Amino acid sequence: MSAPNPRAAATEALLDTLKMPEGGCIEVARQAALARLRAMGLPQRRDEYWKFTKPDTLLTADVPSAAPFDNEEGLLFDDFDRLRIVFVDGVFDANASDDLSLEGVTFDRLEDICCTDIHWAKDIYGVLETRGQTPVQRPFAALNTAYATDGIAIHVTGKPSKPISLIYIHDSRDSDAILHHVVRVESGAEVTILENGPAAARLNECMEIDIADGGTLHHIRAQGRDPERRAVTSMFTRLGKESVFKSFTVTVNGALTRNESVIELTGDDAVAHVAGACVGDAGGDRNFHHDDTVFITHDALNCESRQVFKKVLRNGATGVFQGKILVKAGAQKTDGYQISQALLLDDDSQFLAKPELEIYADDVICSHGSTTGAIDETALFYLRSRGVPKKEATTLLTLSFLAEAVDEIDDAALAEDIRTRLENWLSRRG
Amino acid sequence: MLKIKDLRVKLEEEDKQILKGVDLEIGAGEVHAIMGPNGSGKSTLSYVLAGRGGYEVTGGTAHMDGLDLLDVEPEERAAAGLFLAFQYPVEIPGVGNMTFLRTAVNAQRKSRGEDEMSAAEFLKVVRAKAKDLKIDAEMLKRPVNVGFSGGEKKRNEILQMAMLEPKMCVLDETDSGLDVDAMKLVSEGVNALRDGKRSFLVITHYQRLLDHIKPDVVHIMADGRIIKTGGPELALEVEQNGYADLLAEVA
Ligand SMILES: Nc1ncnc2c1ncn2[C@@H]1O[C@H](COP(=O)(O)OP(=O)(O)OP(=O)(O)O)[C@@H](O)[C@H]1O
Ligand SMILES: [Mg+2]
Repeated sequence: MSAPNPRAAATEALLDTLKMPEGGCIEVARQAALARLRAMGLPQRRDEYWKFTKPDTLLTADVPSAAPFDNEEGLLFDDFDRLRIVFVDGVFDANASDDLSLEGVTFDRLEDICCTDIHWAKDIYGVLETRGQTPVQRPFAALNTAYATDGIAIHVTGKPSKPISLIYIHDSRDSDAILHHVVRVESGAEVTILENGPAAARLNECMEIDIADGGTLHHIRAQGRDPERRAVTSMFTRLGKESVFKSFTVTVNGALTRNESVIELTGDDAVAHVAGACVGDAGGDRNFHHDDTVFITHDALNCESRQVFKKVLRNGATGVFQGKILVKAGAQKTDGYQISQALLLDDDSQFLAKPELEIYADDVICSHGSTTGAIDETALFYLRSRGVPKKEATTLLTLSFLAEAVDEIDDAALAEDIRTRLENWLSRRG
Repeated sequence: MLKIKDLRVKLEEEDKQILKGVDLEIGAGEVHAIMGPNGSGKSTLSYVLAGRGGYEVTGGTAHMDGLDLLDVEPEERAAAGLFLAFQYPVEIPGVGNMTFLRTAVNAQRKSRGEDEMSAAEFLKVVRAKAKDLKIDAEMLKRPVNVGFSGGEKKRNEILQMAMLEPKMCVLDETDSGLDVDAMKLVSEGVNALRDGKRSFLVITHYQRLLDHIKPDVVHIMADGRIIKTGGPELALEVEQNGYADLLAEVA
């Protein structure tokens, strides 16, 4: 055998420090994922989709430590009636969670997916992730499938009366969490899944979502305010006929965030919206680097996809957007929309965008746009001339910039909760 | 009310002097009009009073009831009672007209140490005033000035003025772009605010507006200076003869 190349060597070095959980019917999937990971190797800076985001600190054997943040505002969604499923530093906490029973849904913890009989999650665990590995490789997702230590399988068969809320508490400054969730929304079923909190000093999260014909999933995520935390998340969603998927993520602070979303529209008339609003400040000893990487594949007739990403960056913060719409041959009447915009509150911040369209059908409407700009001075003066103080006027204009993304949330009360948090964050700085 | 003395202003970025010594005094309750050829510096004067950036004051002073306007932020000038109806009202996508109005009203109240207006009270007042100006409810819901016609934008300026109840109102060509009926509406809106104490500075090119809003004093501005001051008859003279004679007089 020839000497291993540097990528393979780095991969093996990291794998040596990890331990694969044993047992369960997903063991086969874990081993397959490990083989995938070995074949592709861990990401390096020169890789096409890692040019703008350094993967280094996500790959160290020791976790870059991150102090848990004392959030005086309390967690988002606190005022909402929901089924609470709590993870502390990436480990399920039964005592802190509600009783996992809700009409129209069943739950299994990852380690409880038993091998004695056929489990629905087996058809999804690692399967959607594998589909999402081409044409762009996603090593962190393969690593996650192989080494995930906890997670939950959510089977939605009806229309539960309240949202399912995954709450991620960050407690230890050296926690390194690998969470893997599997969601199946059955035909005609409808659910809202909330995710909330930093989870750990470093998080690798993967969620595989399979939405059957006519199913609907609303997904709203808030990534926690810990300034030093790091996260790489991968969401793989497959949509059946006439199904609906709406995902929104709000990110406030965090040293490094990479959110990947891979969506496959496989049934006619399906709708997928993915949106994000982030606000980041890299002032003082803080870092803020936020990366949204999206890949949407249209592989059926008359489907609609929307990507709306807005970033507010200050004091040297960096925003990244890599978004692609792939329309396969035969996916006629596709309606694809993509917008990514950054508002830079100073000259030190930067936004790096790579919008891509690849279309193999002739009867489609696809549009994409990306802009980088500063606060509109004329609008700012207009507001001030009406007596609105500069700070407040800046906040108002910034919120209006974020509005298109926040408006992607269908539930008005949840949207208002998020808008308020964003406003508070902005007002604290001004 | 407003006392401007030998005000000199140049562009910040360019070596271009625009105001070359403006003197103007407006007493409480008075209505003054400024007319003058294009480019003479009328809008510049209004912007400098309101505090827009991009200009450099190279001399002179401007006081409103003793407050040194040039020394404070635009929002402080507004809270002290200065209002500028823009020649070109600004569009602000994403900010609702109602939110904008309420934020402005409450910001001013707050800075004066007054209680904020409740949402219900605000709604009642704004609806009544909008109705007087024939601004429909749908327009109030839209983002500030976005998709408004020229005339609608001007009416929206007057609505803001009515809501903010300033003591010194500067109207920069509020009549331009208005049809005959809208001109009447806007004038009525302005006249309704005339209470003997509130003062107005009306910048216009046309005598027509001054038929509705009767000025006490008319000034002619040319090349950055007030070159002549007189009564309402001065506006009629301009309407009939243009500026040529007036300019020749001072030359
Ligand atoms: N920001 C600017 N940049 C360049 N030139 C400017 C600027 N602001 C004003 N000027 C110039 O200053 C002069 C005065 O402009 P101003 O807008 O004050 O005139 P005005 O009397 O209001 O004219 P009008 O009757 O056409 O509205 C003009 O020559 C104009 O081009
Ligand atoms: Mg002008």
